[in-house]
Amino acid sequence: MANNKLKKATPVQQEYQRLAKQIEPKRPILKNCLRAFLTGGLICVVGQAIQEMFVHFAGFDEEKASNPTVAVLIFISVVLTSLGVYDKFAQWAGAGSAVPVTGFANSMASAAIEHQSEGMVLGVGGKMFKLAGPVIVFGTVAAFFVGLATYVLKGTGGGH
Amino acid sequence: MLKGHQSWIFENKPVIRASATVVGPFEGSGPLADDFDIIHGDSMLEEDSWEKAEKVLIEEAAQLAIENAGLTKEQVQFYIGGDLMNQIISSSFAARTLTIPYLGVFGACSTSMESLALASALVNSGAANFILAGTCSHNASVEKQFRYPTEYGSQKPPTAQYTVTGAGAAIVSREGDGPVVTSATIGRVIDMGITDPFNMGAAMAPAAVDTIQAHFRDLQIEPGYYDLIVTGDLAKVGYEIACKLFEKHNFPIHQTEYNDCGMMIYDYDTQMVQAGASGCGCSAVVTYGHLLKRMRKGEIKRMLVVATGALLSPLSFQQGESIPCIAHAVAIEEGGNR
Repeated sequence: MANNKLKKATPVQQEYQRLAKQIEPKRPILKNCLRAFLTGGLICVVGQAIQEMFVHFAGFDEEKASNPTVAVLIFISVVLTSLGVYDKFAQWAGAGSAVPVTGFANSMASAAIEHQSEGMVLGVGGKMFKLAGPVIVFGTVAAFFVGLATYVLKGTGGGH
Repeated sequence: MLKGHQSWIFENKPVIRASATVVGPFEGSGPLADDFDIIHGDSMLEEDSWEKAEKVLIEEAAQLAIENAGLTKEQVQFYIGGDLMNQIISSSFAARTLTIPYLGVFGACSTSMESLALASALVNSGAANFILAGTCSHNASVEKQFRYPTEYGSQKPPTAQYTVTGAGAAIVSREGDGPVVTSATIGRVIDMGITDPFNMGAAMAPAAVDTIQAHFRDLQIEPGYYDLIVTGDLAKVGYEIACKLFEKHNFPIHQTEYNDCGMMIYDYDTQMVQAGASGCGCSAVVTYGHLLKRMRKGEIKRMLVVATGALLSPLSFQQGESIPCIAHAVAIEEGGNR
């Protein structure tokens, strides 16, 4: 992709882009990975703790406890987004706070808050899935193909 | 009046009779806080949307500039302004409140100097006695329009810049007391093929360098003529690239002090702004607040302000277009009492 763009650029543009690349500070990938590992893991530990609580104190079994656990995590994320804390935490955490379910909740809540000024229908309703929409669309498409592949493979394997 | 290829000399020396700056809380906790006229504690400004808050910023700056000039709005012939919002709504809606005959301009973050250059040219030619030039930006409204929702947790790369919440306005007049505008250079649109909207400094640096070099070529003077040359909002990354380009072109920028407004308004140690500041408000509040105050104190005698703008739209970058950029330079010198 980047190489394609560079090919289309004129020699002067290419030379400039090479110069600019040298000066631009790089994303600190190792540090970002480490932070993402720590915070992503921490969020999962918190999730596990919540799940254990549902199992031990509210009488859910392991499988059924996952639904209220996700709901609690989403709730925490939405509250932190509303208080204006989540984006600051995410600048530090990076992918660690974006990948888990809390990141998904943040993308919806932040868009909903942002577009509240354009009204409930066109603003909140219309723009809420601005960032989450692609995740749902391509998640569903991926799930369809995985499902199809599973069916075909199992089918040819002589199962049903 | 036309000098060289793309510059104007203002022989009647239009005066910046007064200026005013209004900023948000984040700018108010930065190192230039003492130089701003109004610092708001609430970035919503008690309005119900970011866009309305931005409009209030420029309304207040305009009204204060008129007041500081000892004028009433009826005495101001024209208002030249623009901003970053789609269809420059902040400026046009402020013009509705001000009821001053209005010329809306768009030069992205170069609007501060574009409007000042046009105002000076009109006043110099006798087309007006008093013109209000101003621009504004709001961090949240710009993030909302160009990037992600403000509360969305995305990690910004070290090249990203923080849009200034602030507005700056100036009254340019035929006569009076204050700094004078002596010349201006209108920039060309330069596109070096940068496509990353989180790397505006690198996109805009070549435009700034092009305009600065054109200015000195047209006016046949050396950088040492000025005590200070400032670019608008290149921030750390763009500033370094610009320095490198000057070096490559053998341009003697070392004769003078060269700085960037985007590196002056925030404190890098305590404020999380990555490469620095950006936005229409950046060069406007730093020039009309901080730099003009220094000039009035006598610390700067001559300066060249080169406001830089990235002329992209949210649509153009989604369609994979690169970022065209522009820069306009205005020379401001110490004036006498005339």
